[in-house]
Amino acid sequence: MPGTATCKSITTRCLVGGCGLFYASAVFAVLYWFIYPSWPVGDTWIKGFGTVNYAVTDKASGKEEEREYRWNTRALLLEDLGDATNDPQRKEMLAKVQAASYDQIVKDPKMMEFVRSVGKGLFGDNCAACHGRGGQGVVGMYPNLTDDDWLWGGGMDQIHETLVQGRRGFMPAFGAVLKPDQLDDVAEYVLTLSGETQPSAASERGQAIFQGQVGGCYYCHGADAKGLQSQGAANLTDKIWAIADVPAQKSVQDKKAAIKNFVAKGVNNTRIMPAWKDRLSPTDIKLIAVYVHQLGGAQ
Amino acid sequence: MRHEHIETNSGLMIVLILLVISIGGLVEIVPLFYINETVEKVDGVRPYTPLEMRGRDIYVREGCYLCHSQQIRPFRDEWLRYGHYSLAAESQYDHPFQWGSKRTGPDLARVGGKYSNQWHVQHLKAPRSVVPQSIMPNYPWLLETELDYSDLASRMGALRATGVPYSLTQQEYDANVSRFGKVVADQLDISQAQDSLMKQAHEKDFDGIPGQITEMEALVAYLQVLGTMVDFTKYDEGYFTTFR
Ligand code: HEC
Ligand code: HEC
Ligand code: HEC
Repeated sequence: MPGTATCKSITTRCLVGGCGLFYASAVFAVLYWFIYPSWPVGDTWIKGFGTVNYAVTDKASGKEEEREYRWNTRALLLEDLGDATNDPQRKEMLAKVQAASYDQIVKDPKMMEFVRSVGKGLFGDNCAACHGRGGQGVVGMYPNLTDDDWLWGGGMDQIHETLVQGRRGFMPAFGAVLKPDQLDDVAEYVLTLSGETQPSAASERGQAIFQGQVGGCYYCHGADAKGLQSQGAANLTDKIWAIADVPAQKSVQDKKAAIKNFVAKGVNNTRIMPAWKDRLSPTDIKLIAVYVHQLGGAQ
Repeated sequence: MRHEHIETNSGLMIVLILLVISIGGLVEIVPLFYINETVEKVDGVRPYTPLEMRGRDIYVREGCYLCHSQQIRPFRDEWLRYGHYSLAAESQYDHPFQWGSKRTGPDLARVGGKYSNQWHVQHLKAPRSVVPQSIMPNYPWLLETELDYSDLASRMGALRATGVPYSLTQQEYDANVSRFGKVVADQLDISQAQDSLMKQAHEKDFDGIPGQITEMEALVAYLQVLGTMVDFTKYDEGYFTTFR
């Protein structure tokens, strides 16, 4: 058989005739065992004499220190993360952002460029699933971060606080507190606040409920109905709606119904913004806060 | 025996190849069972509660692992996107583990706490209602199907047989109390399993339907605990490299 003959000749050449590559790889394997972690021995293993150097912040002292460690993929990762040659601009810019105040970042075009590119990735990984890729949100569920209506405030510090500690929307359900016609009246009044409808007898009755003890809406939304950011209570005088989907309704009747349904149900445990302080580093939070701030509508 | 003899005799060749591969496999895998550092020494990792365990069963049943891995590898890009790399200790009670390598969707090893329960419910019911570009399938039946928790004892018993410390005897229970604290030990006790499942579902209401325990309840409870057991701020950055 011709095939057998070829096999035979290769084998013979390699094993008997001496095949350079074959022996070289055998030698290499033995060297490899000594440089890298390899053979198990008892309840431990040969650790190899390869080493990795990396800089880490020491937990006890809080200082950055250089360490040497035996070769393994986890040490390599730390080396990689701290290695400036890998992505010199990133490391330098991160340090700059970390040290700068919000004012300084916003005024520095180079830092802002960095914020926009890195922030986009961070936002995509962590926020986009709820607030949408561009931050436009989903009416009723996740607020739009690009408009100038803010529940908790659109200042840099307020956005920062929103990210660090998370937010929980809460408004009592009025379905059992107010009678259906009272709900109608109060919805009528809410519509007049943003100029959707003109004041009427019904809206005046609604105003009494809103501003009085019966409804007590003023308590959170303020007597001017401009909202209270410390409570995350919405501004009802602008034409921007975060939850009650008024703009999508064509007739005044439907707009009223949208508000009425919302006020009857309220918000409890359904609109939760997770806290990020345990997931993201302070620098990442800073980057995202500036990124959100520059999406538009910031204060 | 001459090498040609093996090469020209395929039956023998197969047997010898299997032998060589088995030795290689055994040498690589077996030592992991007795090398002390395989499972990192770390606080906080506990077996799943009965509700989370049922959620995990549903995760496996629905084949979520076909698109999602649960293992963050120690690489720069994964660290930046998903967070701390996974530890062996974190899946020590997973049988079978869900590491995987198929990532049609993102890795889920640290998805716990990233989103709210409402988001998970909405996303599992209709992924495209929150992520328009998503290609993940809809799982609407999870919210419509009552969770079957009649056979918790046998499910936990099976895991116990593989070494997960669910307790059957008073002695095992006491050991769990000293290891995990009383609250957790109660949840790991097979005789109290149904009560603790109902209690957790009632308190947390993961599916957003009060008074009802659906399969969604269990699955979201499971997703929300993934990767949250270890508090990495307690450890020095270099600590986990010492185990490899
Ligand atoms: C699980 C879904 C979810 C995720 C993920 C999420 N958010 Fe939110 N976010 C919400 C909800 C719900 C609210 C509204 C809370 C309320 O009703 O008061 C909110 C509110 C906010 C607000 C306040 C808006 C205002 O009008 O004051 C900001 C800012 C914000 N999110 C930014 C972010 C950023 C940045 C991220 C990513 C790091 C993020 N969110 C991730 C759900 C989410
Ligand atoms: C305990 C405080 C509180 C009280 C009292 C209260 N609200 Fe609210 N309201 C809120 C908060 C907070 C929000 C925003 C909820 C969120 O973001 O999850 C809100 C949102 C709204 C919205 C939706 C705004 C939008 O942009 O879609 C309307 C309408 C509204 N409230 C009307 C009322 C009326 C009418 C009353 C009285 C019957 C009332 N509220 C009483 C706190 C309150
Ligand atoms: C066909 C593949 C596929 C299957 C099967 C699948 N997913 Fe997904 N999943 C995706 C994709 C793609 C995404 C990213 C887009 C999105 O968020 O919907 C995703 C996203 C997710 C996320 C959000 C992760 C994050 O960090 O943003 C969760 C949680 C999730 N899936 C859970 C599940 C669960 C639980 C199951 C099983 C019931 C499942 N998936 C089955 C493809 C899949």
